[in-house]
Amino acid sequence: MQTPASFEYERATSVEGAIASLQRLGPEARVIAGGHSLLPMMKLRLANPEHLIDINDLAELSYIREEGDQILIGALTRHVDLLKSELLFRHAPLFRDAENVIADPVVRNRGTIGGSLCQADAAEDLSAVCSAVKAKVVIRGAGGERVVGMEDFHVGPYVTAVGDGELLTEVRIPLRRGGGSAHEKVERRAGDWAIAAASAAVWLEGGRIADAGIALSAVGLTTIHLSRAEELLRGEAPSDELFAKAGEIASADCSPSQDGRGPIDYKRHLAGVLTKRALLRATARALYQEAS
Amino acid sequence: MTNVSISINGDKVSREIEPRQLLVHFIRETPGLTGTHWGCDTSNCGACVVQMDGEPVKSCTILAVMCEGHEIRTVESLEVDGQLDPIQMGFHETHALQCGFCTPGMLMTTRALLDENPDPTEQEIRTAISGAICRCTGYKNIVSAVRWAADYEASIKQGV
Repeated sequence: MQTPASFEYERATSVEGAIASLQRLGPEARVIAGGHSLLPMMKLRLANPEHLIDINDLAELSYIREEGDQILIGALTRHVDLLKSELLFRHAPLFRDAENVIADPVVRNRGTIGGSLCQADAAEDLSAVCSAVKAKVVIRGAGGERVVGMEDFHVGPYVTAVGDGELLTEVRIPLRRGGGSAHEKVERRAGDWAIAAASAAVWLEGGRIADAGIALSAVGLTTIHLSRAEELLRGEAPSDELFAKAGEIASADCSPSQDGRGPIDYKRHLAGVLTKRALLRATARALYQEAS
Repeated sequence: MTNVSISINGDKVSREIEPRQLLVHFIRETPGLTGTHWGCDTSNCGACVVQMDGEPVKSCTILAVMCEGHEIRTVESLEVDGQLDPIQMGFHETHALQCGFCTPGMLMTTRALLDENPDPTEQEIRTAISGAICRCTGYKNIVSAVRWAADYEASIKQGV
């Protein structure tokens, strides 16, 4: 039987209360939301928190809404809601691409965006998705809020900018004209972690790529931000050749390791192919948006 | 130890437990409620699926303490006064189980599917059960059973 080691349990009734508990209990306390990453890790003793703060009652952290030039997503928003959101699909369709292939529908009823990002598993899809669309996250502590860009969010494997005594409360997706996005993943079987996955977003202006965001899952110790490929695309007209070059950079700039999901050269190959595919689909969607 | 009260199939079940106890064990240690199966322990197989506030969830990956204040429904709730639920009738009619180990989770997963989508396509059924493993590999008949139940419920609704 796999059961977590003993811990103290506390159910938060407010965001402030959860943060106060995290402050009081220090680094041995962890937040539990969906629990579908944390509980398996606790069963395997890869995580051994002494205190769990359950935030599932904090309904105020569950929302997807448009506000000004941003889409705001509450940290407790579950995968199933990200999958079904028409607002999100209209402005950032890569979320639906990813959510269709994250675990299975039953797991998606529990897992949350905040939990996925804070778990910061390099093979996890939403970290790459949020990186590609240049999302920012809101991190709240006792002293107030700070806003951190995804480029500064991943500190190391399973380590994020969220410190002890802090809670990730919101993800902010900037809305910009001419945007399109896509997520491409290859997995061994339905619901599995990626062998490799690529998220891409492009913003077109006058037929050229004004800006681009590309990130990879499962091919490094953390989510890989492909800044060199993004730089290559800026100011260029989209084309098959250009995206093939971006794919070559993806193959070169990732750092996969060999495991049961495949050898290194295969994963590098996949990173390149999926990057190109994601860019092509993101561009097609940007052009379609522009035309409609 | 902490005292936990959970509503299971409409009955309040209270017990002193450790916070680390998983929902699947809380349910199975309740007299008369061993229908929920404890399978892979890793949220992969789906044998332990129950409904929490009407949504299918994997009870091996939820702590029992997290369920206080929520409504849990297990496979035992499907049959009412000797009358099988249409999804159970479908499994019976189309021979959708061999060893039967995955059946409780399959029933609770597909019951929730039909509640949300009364007329699912084959692909929608296959997607819904993609988190549930039948090691006898009897998926074809399981898909048929769900379709049978969908057709049966549609015919009842039309008063045919």
